[in-house]
Amino acid sequence: MWNKFLQRKKPVIHPSAGTSGKNIFTALAFLSPTLVIFCTFILFPVFFSFYLSFHKWNMFSSDRAFIGFENYRRLFTDPEFWMVLKHTLVYTLGTVPLNMVIALLIALALNRRIAGKRFLRTAFFTPVIISPVAAALIWRWIYDPNFGLLNYFTGLFGLPSVNWLNDPNTAMIALIIMGVWKTVGINMVLFSAGLQGIPDNFYEAADIDGAGRWAKFWHITVPMLSPTTFFIMIMSMISSFQVFDIVYVLTSGGPLGATKVIVFYMYEYAFKFFEMGYASAVAYIFFAILAILTLLQVKFMKTRAGYRAI
Amino acid sequence: MNPDLQKSSRLFKDIIFHIIVYSLALVTIAPFIWMLLTSVKDIGDIFIYPPKWLPSKLHFENFSRAFQAAPFGRYYLNSIFVAVSVTLGQLFTCSMAAYAFARLQFKGRDILFYVFLGTMMIPYQVTMIPSFMVLYWLGWVDSYKAMIVPGLASAFGTFLLRQFFLTIPKELEEAAYIDGCSKFRVLWQIIIPLSKPALATLAIFTFMGTFNDFIWALIVVNSEHLRTVQLGLAVFRDRYVTDWDLLMAGSVMATLPILIVFFFAQKYFIKGITLSGIKG
Repeated sequence: MWNKFLQRKKPVIHPSAGTSGKNIFTALAFLSPTLVIFCTFILFPVFFSFYLSFHKWNMFSSDRAFIGFENYRRLFTDPEFWMVLKHTLVYTLGTVPLNMVIALLIALALNRRIAGKRFLRTAFFTPVIISPVAAALIWRWIYDPNFGLLNYFTGLFGLPSVNWLNDPNTAMIALIIMGVWKTVGINMVLFSAGLQGIPDNFYEAADIDGAGRWAKFWHITVPMLSPTTFFIMIMSMISSFQVFDIVYVLTSGGPLGATKVIVFYMYEYAFKFFEMGYASAVAYIFFAILAILTLLQVKFMKTRAGYRAI
Repeated sequence: MNPDLQKSSRLFKDIIFHIIVYSLALVTIAPFIWMLLTSVKDIGDIFIYPPKWLPSKLHFENFSRAFQAAPFGRYYLNSIFVAVSVTLGQLFTCSMAAYAFARLQFKGRDILFYVFLGTMMIPYQVTMIPSFMVLYWLGWVDSYKAMIVPGLASAFGTFLLRQFFLTIPKELEEAAYIDGCSKFRVLWQIIIPLSKPALATLAIFTFMGTFNDFIWALIVVNSEHLRTVQLGLAVFRDRYVTDWDLLMAGSVMATLPILIVFFFAQKYFIKGITLSGIKG
C-alpha cells in the first residue's frame, strides 16, 4: 500500500517558483508548525531516550548518573523482562495467524456475490473503531466467571466453567480472543483491497483453461495476494507487539503477571517507578525488535515490487 | 445432472454460505448487543444464570445513575474538546506542510520528506518518555495542552495530503498566480476546497484516534476534571468493579459518538486504513 505511493510521480515544480534563496523561507513558513512539534515530540525524544538509556535517573532529581550499559545488562538479566517478552510473543503468535486466516476468509466471502455486503462489512469492522477501553470492559463482562456469556456458551457444550481472567492459564487465551475480535476488521479491509487488485482476466483465462475453484484459489489468488499477505503479517505483528490498552483494562497485566506484556512493563517502570533510564532502555530494545520487522517489510516490498497486482 | 437439481443444489450452497457469513457477523457484533442490553437491565436480570439476553424491563435510569456516579458529562466535554482541537490543528499543520512538500521547490525537500516519512516507523513508546519530560519541563503536565499540543503534527497526515495535492492539476493554480495571489491564498482558496475527500479522511482518522486514545491521557492527566471519557471509564472500572449495569452504560456512552461518526463517514475511514495499514 505504501510503496505504491512512494513510486508515484515526483512533485511538480511550479513555474512561477522564484529563486531558491527566497523559497527556503517560504517553505519554512509553511513547514514551521509541523517542524516545531515534530522536533519537540519526535526527533528530540528519539535521541534523548537513547541518551537516557545509559543513565540512572528518577526524573525528579537533578542527579543523572551515567552508568554505561548497566540498564541493558540489568534488563537482560531480569527474569521478568524475559517473561514479558515471552508473553508479548505468545500474544503475537496467538493473534496474528488466527486473525489473518479469519480476515482472509471474510474478505473472500465479501468478494463474492452476497446479500447485504455493506451491512456485513460494517459489522466486521465495528470492533476496530470503538475504544479499546470500552471494548475491554465489555469483554470483562463476557468473561465473568459466574454470569458471563462465554461460560454459558462453553457450558452448552458440556465444558466446565472457567474463571477466564483470574486463572493464569486462561487469561492470555482470553486476551488473544479479544485481540483477534478487535483487530480482524483492519485486516479484512486490507485483504479486500488486495483481492480487488487482482485483474479479472486472470480468472477468466483460468476459466477457459477449465480450472476449478480450488485451482484458481491456489494458483491465482494466493500468489497474487502474497505481497498483501506479507504486508498484513508484518503490520499485525508490529501492532500486536504494541498491545497495551486492552491489557490494562482487561487484566491489568494479571493474574500474577500472566498477561504482562512489554509495553505494560515499560509503562510501569517509567510512570509508576519513575526509573526513566531503565524504561528508556526497554523502549530501545523494543524499538530494535520492531525495526527488524519494519526492515523485513521494506526489503520484501522492494524485491517483490514487480509481483504486485496493480 | 438434471438442470433443475443443479440449480437447487447451487441455491442450497448459496443459503449455507449466507448462513455461515451472517453467523460470523452476528458473533462479531454480539458483544455490542450484549453491552446495549446490559446497559438497560435491572440488577436482577444481570446476576442470573443462565444469562438472559432481553431485559424484563428497560431501566434507562442506569444512564443517569452512571452520570451521578462519575462526571461523564465533563469527561465527554474533555474528550470532544481535545479531539476537535487536535483534528483542526492537524488539518491546518498537515495541509501547510503537505503544500510545501508537494508544490514548493527548496533545497533538501526530498530528503526532509523521506526523513519525515521514516519517523512513521518509530513506535510511540520510544518517544513517550521524553515527550512526557518535555511537558514536565514546560509545566504542562496535567493540562489540556499536554493532551493537545503533541498531537498537532502528523507524518501520516502530511503524507496523505501531499499525495492528494500532487494529483491536483497545477494549471488551476497558475491562473491564480498570474492574478497575483500569494501561495497561502492559493493553498487556502484553490487546493483546500479541491481536497475535501483527503481532508475528510484525515479528520475522521484523527478524531477517532484522539477520542479513543487511552495511554497518553493516562500518562499526562491526573486531575479528575481533565479526564477524558476513556480515562474516566478506566477509573470507573476500578471503583465499580461488578456494577455491570453502570459499567455497560458507561461503555455505551464511550462508544456511541464514535459509532455515529463511523456510520456516517465509513467510506473515508476505510480509505485511510487501506492507505496506511495501521489504525492510527
